[in-house]
Order: sequence, then structure tokens, then C-alpha cells
Amino acid sequence: MGDYRNWPERLHVVTGKGGTGKTSVAAALALGLAAGGRRTLLVEVEGRQGIAQLFGLDPLPYAEKRIATTTGGGEVRALAVDPEEALLEYLDMFYKLGAAGRALRKVGAIDFATTIAPGLRDVLLTGKVKEATTRSQDGRRFYDAVILDAPPTGRVGRFLNVTAETARLAKVGPIKTQSDGVASLLRSPMTAVHVVTLLEEMPVQESLDAIAELTALHIPVGRVVVNGSRPPLLPAGKVTKAEVKRGLAAAGLPSSAATVSQLTAEAQAHLTRRELEESLRVELAELGRPMVELPLLPGGIDLAGLQDLAGRLLRS
Amino acid sequence: MADLTAPRLDVDGLLSDPAIRIVVCCGSGGVGKTTTAAALGLRAAEVHGRRTVVLTIDPARRLAQSMGLTELDNTPRQVKGIDPASGGELHAMMLDMKRTFDEVVEQHTRPERAAEIFANPFYQAMSSTFAGTQEYMAMEKLGQLRAADEWDLIVVDTPPSRSALDFLDAPARLSRFLDGRMLRMLLAPARAGGKSMFSLVTASFGLFSRTVQKILGAQLLTDLSGFVAALDSMFGGFRQRADQTYRILQDPQTAFLLVAAPERDAVREAAYFAERLVTERMPLSGLVLNRMHQAEPAGVTAEQAEAAAAELEAAGDQAVTADVLRIHAGLLRQTEREVRVAATFTDAFPRVPATAVAAQPADVHDVDGLRTIGALLARPAA
Repeated sequence: MGDYRNWPERLHVVTGKGGTGKTSVAAALALGLAAGGRRTLLVEVEGRQGIAQLFGLDPLPYAEKRIATTTGGGEVRALAVDPEEALLEYLDMFYKLGAAGRALRKVGAIDFATTIAPGLRDVLLTGKVKEATTRSQDGRRFYDAVILDAPPTGRVGRFLNVTAETARLAKVGPIKTQSDGVASLLRSPMTAVHVVTLLEEMPVQESLDAIAELTALHIPVGRVVVNGSRPPLLPAGKVTKAEVKRGLAAAGLPSSAATVSQLTAEAQAHLTRRELEESLRVELAELGRPMVELPLLPGGIDLAGLQDLAGRLLRS
Repeated sequence: MADLTAPRLDVDGLLSDPAIRIVVCCGSGGVGKTTTAAALGLRAAEVHGRRTVVLTIDPARRLAQSMGLTELDNTPRQVKGIDPASGGELHAMMLDMKRTFDEVVEQHTRPERAAEIFANPFYQAMSSTFAGTQEYMAMEKLGQLRAADEWDLIVVDTPPSRSALDFLDAPARLSRFLDGRMLRMLLAPARAGGKSMFSLVTASFGLFSRTVQKILGAQLLTDLSGFVAALDSMFGGFRQRADQTYRILQDPQTAFLLVAAPERDAVREAAYFAERLVTERMPLSGLVLNRMHQAEPAGVTAEQAEAAAAELEAAGDQAVTADVLRIHAGLLRQTEREVRVAATFTDAFPRVPATAVAAQPADVHDVDGLRTIGALLARPAA
């Protein structure tokens, strides 16, 4: 197993284009960082219930629920933050609202507030993440690490840039204070935003755009995680029909013209694809950020697969 | 070929049908929705001679450039490099969310009121970043394009939402929002002609507004009341338009195509969407599965290939063929896996026709590439 010290931050924000496997990477990181008796919290904020689906669980309630145990008595808890619940909790915590809070919900105020002012909604969501990250119990941090399965690359800058959003609306008051607190946590060395990508054009382009955006916002970018990477085959980079024919014959397999041309064509397409992947890998490397490559898991993502990915992440 | 069990989607039948005026492509992010929309539009124009416009929301830069789209300017531009033989035309446009919103405001209110609205910080936040504004405005634009009646066919690419359902929910959510009690409370004093609506709100809603004020702060609430009051004049028109667009979507002139990639999440999202379309009585025409691998054994099964690759490797020569066999086995396994994933949809919706588009070795970013995708979409059943 690797070492959590390779991932020293306390809040790990994981983003990536849709379909790159950011939820799986976030979950694997939460598992890895919980090894050896540590406790981590895996958070999702978009109501997708992606964590529950990944772990084969019923939809998660708005509660920090244990979803996995690890070596040495470690555990991963998961939380699906719901903006309404977060608002009510927030009101309760700061204003002891009780019945008034429920009245607010009844008149649709919460729906209203979270609909009309998305900045406020995001402040509530990130505010909850901040609360969990900085929570302590008996003088110790409650969570050793919090891993946020964040909105995809196209929206992550706006989501994390809460101050700018709310500053336009709330110039003073508790919401302003709350968003300032979130903003300073997100810009501190306690936080890293990791970007998950595939070696495909669109995800790489969006990753580059998101990294530029986050950098401009002074939000610390952590690693670039290349997901679904494939083992290097055909290192010489070329293949001929004659070779394939000889090889098939040597293996005692059919070596008709049809078989030979199909297999050769497949190999050629693979090489074309790999060339493109290589140029994308170079583009990512030019960012100068630490990169981790995770393999495509042939059996799909299950708990064993997540453990495998967790080990690779922690060793990197 | 390991093909889908669903009936084959007749793409050419759909694109050539003069009764079909709108094709809506929906699905989760990253499944190739924009490419599919553009390829369908191109085929409708080139093969079926229809005057077509493609409304894209957030196209990849290179794809946009290849269609001559350089700005988000809400103006349909004719795409160059298409075959004019059939008499069709292809135009494309990118949605400018803020400008569309501004236009709606201008259309429904007096110029002084519009200026007030534009200056309000809530309007600025809502029109440029409101989660959902993109959906509303895509619907609004679609309604405008349809009302202009200049096009034989409008192909819409839906926004890359958190969920594919947001697009469908936009009009209903808008209506609900406008009917909300909260909104009416904030509006009540303004409607009564009160000047200082905030103090009136305070007077009539004691605990409630004290609470709101405490949380939001007085300045924010003043801005909010101003915004709501300013918008009030145009809400009726706004909702009417949203309802109209909703009815167009239910009409048989519209065809919904679900777009998915053979991945668990994307297929699950497509299934949710299909259920919703059925519930809303919206015309679901078919499923497009992008990026399907369609490898055939060609005499060598995955098991044989894997075993032979191991043998050849152990023997020490024929390393190239060993890798070629691994690639072959990988493709066959992937094909099997994708068909299995796709089956979760086709089993649940056995009567929804489907078409599969083979994975391309490189991304599409020119008209030739779109033409190829169009031909694959319309490929007759094997």
C-alpha cells in the first residue's frame, strides 16, 4: 500500500469531464486515504447519487454514513449534500430557527433562494464541505481527509469561486462571511483540486481549460489523473499482414486472408489511437503538474477495482 | 456483428419526413450529443434537401470552427463546404444565453424597466450563471426559431446539464417558480403600489421576513425585491412562451433522440430520460449509441486470442502477433461489454428503435467527419 503522506492536503476536490470516471477516482482516493485506521469523508453535491451507485448502495441520505471499512479500523463515510438540507442545517446552527426554518420551507423560500441565486446554493454546498473539513472532536480533526466529487470541469471554476458569485449579491452579512470562509479554505494549501481525464481530445481540452481557470482564480491545482490508460502494445509501432499471418499460423489459429486483414486493421486503428493518445499525454505533461495514470479496469469498477486504484493513487 | 436487439432506428426516414420539424438530441454530458446533432443536421441538408438549422449550446471549439461558428452570437450562419446538389442548406448557431435573456426582457417590458432590470445584480447573476438559465434560454431560442417558420428542420443540442432531465424541467420549473408563494409575497406590496416594498413586506410578514432579512441581509433583500418587482411585468409573457414551447415538444412534429455512449451512467441517464418522455407524453423516436465497438471474431474468439497470445509470448518469437491478438481480444471483450450495457436500456424499452455508431479512431472536427457519422447513423440494419 502507498502512503497518505503523498497526498498531504486535507480537502481533495476531484473534477473531470463527464464520463472520465471522476466519481470512481474520488471514491478510490477516499478508500486509499482511509487505510491504516484513518477516517475520510466522500462528498457529492449534485444529487446524482453516484457514490451510492458505485458502491451498490441505496440512495444516500443527508447524513455522514459509513460506506466502507479499511485496514487498521479505518473507515470511509459518504455524504450527499442536498442544498435544502444544508440551508436548514445552516440556519439551525447559526440562528436556532427551528419552526421558522420549517415555515421558510413551507412557503418555498428555500426553493426560491437556491433557485434564484445559484451562488447562494453553491455557498451552502461548499460551506458544508468546509464545515466537515475543519470539524474537530476532542482537539483532533474529525476527518483525516475530505474528498469532494465536484461538478465537472465545465462548471467547477464557477462552483469553487463562490466569493465572486456571492459578493455581487451579498456585500455584508452572514452569507458574505460564510463565503469568505469557504474561499479562504479553497485557496489555502489545505486544498488541492485534482483533474481526472481520459486520453481523448475533449476531456484533455476541458482539463487544460479548467486548470487555466483554477490557476487564474488562485485555487491550488493538485494532480492530473489520467484514467482508463491502456497497456503499451506493439512497442515498435508498426505491423504488417505478413507478420500477422506467420504468427497466426505459428499459434495454430486460422490465418485466412479475411482474418489476417481484420486483425491487422484492428492493430492499425489501435496504433492511430495510440499516436493521438501520446500527443495528448505530451500536452498534459507540458502543464508541469504531477500526473498519475490509472489503468482501464477490464472487469469494470467494483470494490476490488477501487482498492486497486486506491493503491495506485497512494503510491504515486 | 454483435448488434443491438432493438429495432433499427430509421434515421433517413426521420430526417426526410416533412412533418418532422424539430429533432431534440438529449443525453448526459460527454456522449457526443453535439456531434450527433451536427451530423444529423448535415445529413438532413445534404441528403434530404432540407433547409436545416442546428442550435448548439456549447460545442467543442474545433467542431464549432469547422462549421464556421466563431462567436456565440445567436445568429444562424450558413455552413460552407456542404454538397448543394439536393437543394438543402445547413445553418448553425451557438446559443448566447445572456443575450437571449436580454432580448426576452426587452420584448416584454418598457425600455426604462428593461434598463432597471439589466442593472440589478440579481438579474446579472441570473442571466449569466443561473443554473437552469441555459436550459430556459435554449427552450426560448427553440421557440423563436420554430415561430419564425423559416426552417424545414431545427436540430437542437441540449445543454450539458447536471442531468439530462433539466432541459425538460426548465419550463415547468419556471412556471412553478413564478407561481411560488415566496415570489407572491415579495411581490404583494409592489402590486399594492407600495413604494417601500421592503418595509411593507416586513409589516405583513413579521417573523418570516425578519428571518429572511437576518439571513440575507437588508441590502440583498432590497435588490431581490427590486428584481422581482421589475420582472413582474414580463412574467406573464415569459410563462406563456415557456408553455408554448412545452406544447411544441409534445407535438408529433418533434422527435426526441436520446444520445448515449455504452457506459453505465450514460445508459442509465438515457433510461431515466426515456421514462420521463413517456410520462410527459413527448415523442421519443429512438436511441443513438455513440462510440460502440463492433469487433467481430473473424475466426478467432477472444478466448482463443488470449490463449494464443500467452503461448506466442512464452515461445519468445512473434511478439507482434501476440500484441495483435491482445488488441483483438480486447476489442471483442469491449464489444461484449458494451452490448451488455446497451441491453440494460433496450431490455427496458424494447420498442424504442436504436442505432449504433462505431467508435472513431479520432475525434470529429470537420464537415467530412460529420458526413461519415451521418452515414453511420443512417446505416441500414446488418
